[in-house]
Amino acid sequence: MIGVGKMKQYTNVLDKPVSKGKQEVSLSAFAFLFSEIVQYNQTQVDNIAELERRLEDAGYAVGARVLELLCHREKGNRRETRLLGILSFVHSTVWKVLFGKVADSLEKGTEHEDEYMISEKELLVNRFISIPKDMGTFNCGAFVAGIVRGVLDSAGFPAVVTAHFVPVEGLLRPRTTILIKFAEEVLKREARLG
Amino acid sequence: MPAVPPRSGEAIFASAERVNAELFTLTYGAIVRQLITDLEEVDEVNKQLDQMGYNIGVRLIDEFLAKSNVTRCVDFKETAEVIAKVGFKMFLGVSATVTNWDAEGTTCSFVLEDNPLVDFVELPDTCQGLHYCNVLNGVIRGALEMVSMKTEVTWIRDMLRGDDTYELQVKLLKQIPEEYPYKDDE
Repeated sequence: MIGVGKMKQYTNVLDKPVSKGKQEVSLSAFAFLFSEIVQYNQTQVDNIAELERRLEDAGYAVGARVLELLCHREKGNRRETRLLGILSFVHSTVWKVLFGKVADSLEKGTEHEDEYMISEKELLVNRFISIPKDMGTFNCGAFVAGIVRGVLDSAGFPAVVTAHFVPVEGLLRPRTTILIKFAEEVLKREARLG
Repeated sequence: MPAVPPRSGEAIFASAERVNAELFTLTYGAIVRQLITDLEEVDEVNKQLDQMGYNIGVRLIDEFLAKSNVTRCVDFKETAEVIAKVGFKMFLGVSATVTNWDAEGTTCSFVLEDNPLVDFVELPDTCQGLHYCNVLNGVIRGALEMVSMKTEVTWIRDMLRGDDTYELQVKLLKQIPEEYPYKDDE
């Protein structure tokens, strides 16, 4: 029987009103926690690709929940069904809520029809991270790539999402580009919808 | 040099860079889920969360001391108050109440009204033994160890397990005497 017994005195999470999302914690608290996630996952893998995959998985779990939460709170329980709609939802709404600002840019890939890029000069998760030489192209942005993939996938837009460093002239640190490559079915559907 | 007065937790929190608590909460949830998948045993997950917290605490104490201007606490009572009013506030934006002192003044409880780690969380039946917020134990233990206090931190009450609040008991095991001269200086 649901709701009976000592364990279940705590009201169901669904019975509570959804929070307005204005609460904050210090950036350090997040940075410390994120650093532990990276370090823990490092102990579980033996190569960089695997480490990125695990960070992406962790991000995916966040993304799936963020979609649900934001569609409920910001969009009156409606979610985007069109490609550009969901991309701008990620670039603006999701970014704004999670990182306090819209992403620096959202571009369409010039070489491939199915590729889009979200770029950020200084990605939150890369703020306090320096990559040792022997870890090559490793990018903690994989976590954010996972969030993006989680949002897209849960909204019905399966995609491969990866994070890359792109050096920018005049800037000390490279910016991070989140590359989104949509699955074929997504583009076909989009074409059908016209 | 005149002594700089300690800053209040509110002031430090207000001037610090902050992030959305939901990002923090969901990220923490992701790590807990990863641990459950990897370690399978709830007890192991508790242990790992505590260890991660310890690692954080060891590093966090530096930032805490640097930003708060808190000087050496005269006794454990003062230490507890500082953690509750300044520590919790400056990192998590919430404050805790210190209560349930024992006669010797070596054991007390932090009671949390708000706990930013647990939004959107409900423990499934398979995880009833899980101390979801165990990372906090480790943080307190690690941070205090860096200021020469060995402590033992345990959960007394947990809302995720049906209690009416969060209560964390901290027991001072011993003060580690500082060793002079420091080896590093040789």
